[in-house]
Amino acid sequence: MSSGPALPVPASGVPGAEVLGPAEITRALTRIAHEILERNKGASGIVLLGIPTRGLPLAHRLAAKIAEVEPDVDPSSLVGSLDVTMYRDDLHRHPTRTIGATEVPADGVDDKVVVLVDDVLFSGRTIRAALDALNDLGRPRAVQLAVLVDRGHRELPIRADYVGKNLPTSLSEKVRVRLSETDPDAGPQVVDTVRIDGGER
Amino acid sequence: MKHLLSAGDLDRDAAIHVLDTAARMAATQGREMKKLPTLRGRTVVNLFFEDSTRTRISFETAAKRLSADVINFAAKGSSVSKGESLKDTAQTLQAMGADAVVIRHPASGAPHRLAHSGWVGTSVINAGDGTHQHPTQALLDAYTIRQHLAGGPTHDPTAEPDQRGLGQDLAGLRIAIVGDVLHSRVARSNVQLLHTLGAQVTLVAPPTLVPVGAQAWPCDVSYHLDEVLADQQPDAIMMLRVQRERMGAGAGSGPSHGTGFFPSPLEYTRAFGLDARRLRMLPDHAIVLHPGPMNRGLEISADAADSARAVILEQVTNGVAVRMAVLYLLLAKEKETWA
Amino acid sequence: MGVTTQYLLRGVAPLGGAPTDLLLADGRIVAVGPDASDGAGPEAVTIQGDGLVALPGLVDLHTHLREPGREDAETVATGTRAAALGGFTSVHAMANTSPVADTAGVVEQVWRLGRDAGWVDVHPVGAVSMGLAGEQLAELGAMAHSAARVRVFSDDGHCVDDPVLMRRALEYVKAFDGVIAQHSQEPRLTLGSQMHEGIVSAEVGLAGWPAVAEEAIIARDVLLAEHVGSRLHVCHVSTAGSVEILRWAKSRGISVTAEVTPHHLLLTDELARSYDPLYKVNPPLRTAADVEAVREALADGTIDIVATDHAPHTREDKDCEWAAAAFGMTGLETALGIVTRTMVDTGRMTWADVARVLSSAPARIGRVHEGERPQGRPLSVGEPANVTLVDPAARWTVDGTQLASTSRNTPFGGRELSGRVVATFLRGRPTVLDGVAADGTRSGAAGPPGGA
Repeated sequence: MSSGPALPVPASGVPGAEVLGPAEITRALTRIAHEILERNKGASGIVLLGIPTRGLPLAHRLAAKIAEVEPDVDPSSLVGSLDVTMYRDDLHRHPTRTIGATEVPADGVDDKVVVLVDDVLFSGRTIRAALDALNDLGRPRAVQLAVLVDRGHRELPIRADYVGKNLPTSLSEKVRVRLSETDPDAGPQVVDTVRIDGGER
Repeated sequence: MKHLLSAGDLDRDAAIHVLDTAARMAATQGREMKKLPTLRGRTVVNLFFEDSTRTRISFETAAKRLSADVINFAAKGSSVSKGESLKDTAQTLQAMGADAVVIRHPASGAPHRLAHSGWVGTSVINAGDGTHQHPTQALLDAYTIRQHLAGGPTHDPTAEPDQRGLGQDLAGLRIAIVGDVLHSRVARSNVQLLHTLGAQVTLVAPPTLVPVGAQAWPCDVSYHLDEVLADQQPDAIMMLRVQRERMGAGAGSGPSHGTGFFPSPLEYTRAFGLDARRLRMLPDHAIVLHPGPMNRGLEISADAADSARAVILEQVTNGVAVRMAVLYLLLAKEKETWA
Repeated sequence: MGVTTQYLLRGVAPLGGAPTDLLLADGRIVAVGPDASDGAGPEAVTIQGDGLVALPGLVDLHTHLREPGREDAETVATGTRAAALGGFTSVHAMANTSPVADTAGVVEQVWRLGRDAGWVDVHPVGAVSMGLAGEQLAELGAMAHSAARVRVFSDDGHCVDDPVLMRRALEYVKAFDGVIAQHSQEPRLTLGSQMHEGIVSAEVGLAGWPAVAEEAIIARDVLLAEHVGSRLHVCHVSTAGSVEILRWAKSRGISVTAEVTPHHLLLTDELARSYDPLYKVNPPLRTAADVEAVREALADGTIDIVATDHAPHTREDKDCEWAAAAFGMTGLETALGIVTRTMVDTGRMTWADVARVLSSAPARIGRVHEGERPQGRPLSVGEPANVTLVDPAARWTVDGTQLASTSRNTPFGGRELSGRVVATFLRGRPTVLDGVAADGTRSGAAGPPGGA
């Protein structure tokens, strides 16, 4: 998810600067997977709900890494997707949004530890919507949040439990995440990347 | 898109987008918690100048599942019946803060007038106007057909029913629409929409119930149901309701009713009714649709209506999801200014 | 409005011919030619008419003035003022008022209202049947012998569909040289009809008004007229098939005349796609092929005249859904502009033809071409000074909100027409000068003044 208006003035970095490359993204996800296991004392009772579009492949990657550590776990049974479009509070500020899929693992979310997964944490409004959406699906024992990038500028009392990288930004900058699963039209050679745009000094 | 007045308002991509959105909506309707907060604070008015409990309830359910406030205004029976009153009624409702007006009206074009005469600035959704259009009915029919038949045998049988056919059109499907085409807004809407989605439509009716000018429609016309069933092997067959007052001499009274459109109900059923014999002529995968309410024994026999092929109750269920999608697409976006 | 004022029209082109001068005095044309100014007195008003076409005052055989009964839509005074602004000096007022013009009393009332208003000559049309009910003949003789001297009889708005009643009416009016003007619409084929039945009606779902419903009545009526040796006039011919029947009837020598409206010369049923009731009219707007057929028929004389069928309606009767709206459109102020655009600009008719179809022929059909106050006469010395000056080069856009008619239901708003009425003289008295009526009323159709 790209957030924030286009354009300038980053104190740090150059226009379009890459802040995370493929290797760094993999490393961050590996660390987050371990932190999830450590904090929850294993994978049992965990559900990873990715928020479309880019939260979903990240959730799948986290599940795969968890399965590497705990071979008994079927990674596909850990992952679901949670579309929050119909719970957003800013629908009237944008053209109509296309609704994504919501699919919950067969066992549901009741009494599970749900880890919400998204690419960028910004104002917190998407996560607020996700909490509401989750509420309509069932009653988890606990809800945690994992994000690849936390760029700050929260507008709600929400914080991430697992962060790939804390990235101080100005409001005028744009954070772009591209993943090989979700951005094939960016070219055949797409590699995972996180960049900051809008670097006019 | 600000209004939905006609199936002709939708091109292929827009129609698929509505159907896909409906599939997302349908997925939420299997949950214990069916209500979504999406249209909280929005007000939808059901403005019905004609009785239609089914359609009104379907729209009402759709709006409420999206948390919109619903005002039902049944104009039929009140002193409101013609002329200036449509304008006055609509303006009154807008003054009360309506964001969308769902209108059912006996006059063809009334929703078009409401949307384009400058009377009101709300979104207008046509819930059936005269003998013109009923676009949400066509959408729910297309949705039902797509769910069962799109993609042919290659479709993923393991997919959730709601998600079957996502992103697809109806290319290559043969669909027969049978009955009173002349007076049917359902037929007009379906011919347009199903054609837009790539299906091949054949209208089947006695010549008296095919409008002059229908030769310009993007479909075939036949007067012989048995031939169509045998030669075309339709994938879906849609039976239209035959109104009692259209029947043979003796039905109704007054100069306008002296002459029926066909000699007798019996003759109609013999030539155009869907019965067990005709049901057996259909290919195994074919489905039977009916917009309801049915005249059992006239255009459709109990055998056909209650057969496993019949998807008539699914149509009702899908109607809610399709109308949720339409309300979402028209209302959950930036408010346009109408200065 | 001094009655004795003389008007010298300089450099005008009578019927579009060579420019010359006309002198109007004492209600008559007193001189024509380069020496016309010789007879002008010191008080004569000179109008520089270079580039203007002079026509005999226009005559409309088919106008609805709505009075008595619907004065909220139009009155004799406002309707005739609109007529003058459209270049007319005479109108026939249709009988479907309330009460219906089916007695000597009502037609005399309308006739007096017209005379008092003074904008044009008003010739009431008498109803064929009592109350337009199509059952019993109205008092045709009493109306004919009243002060209104009715010669045209019509149930317009309704068809005289009973063949026996139609036969009797055709026969009865022979006694006073009357004519039956038939609204040709087979009622059973047009129950609930809303628009032309065809490709557009099938798609927009409005009940169809088939061409055959008009053509079947015309066919029957021309045969009846032949059988009883009477005069028949066919109102608002709208279909190619009707034209064919009329052509056949005329070739047989049947005494039939026919009119076409300006809107049927210009508009098609495609406009119904807007569901805007401004385009709802009876008979309905037809297809482009029908429009072409009636244009051709007007040019070759199969259709004799243009008549407006000016049908004013209040805003509430049009600002609603199509099916609830009234049939009809206004036309007096736009008729000449449409004929100019569709027939003259296209080279299909000359200005002499325009004078024929909008003045002399309708006057003759209505039998107002002779008598005390004749209309539709040539622009010759000694004839009544009924003269309309037209700027043939003017292009103007109809402002639907600025028409002089009380009602606003013109379908021509925003359309560009040509041929603007600059002045209208009724027996030597200007009812319109510089596009402005004598009481200061302007017309959105006549355009701004000073164009001449």
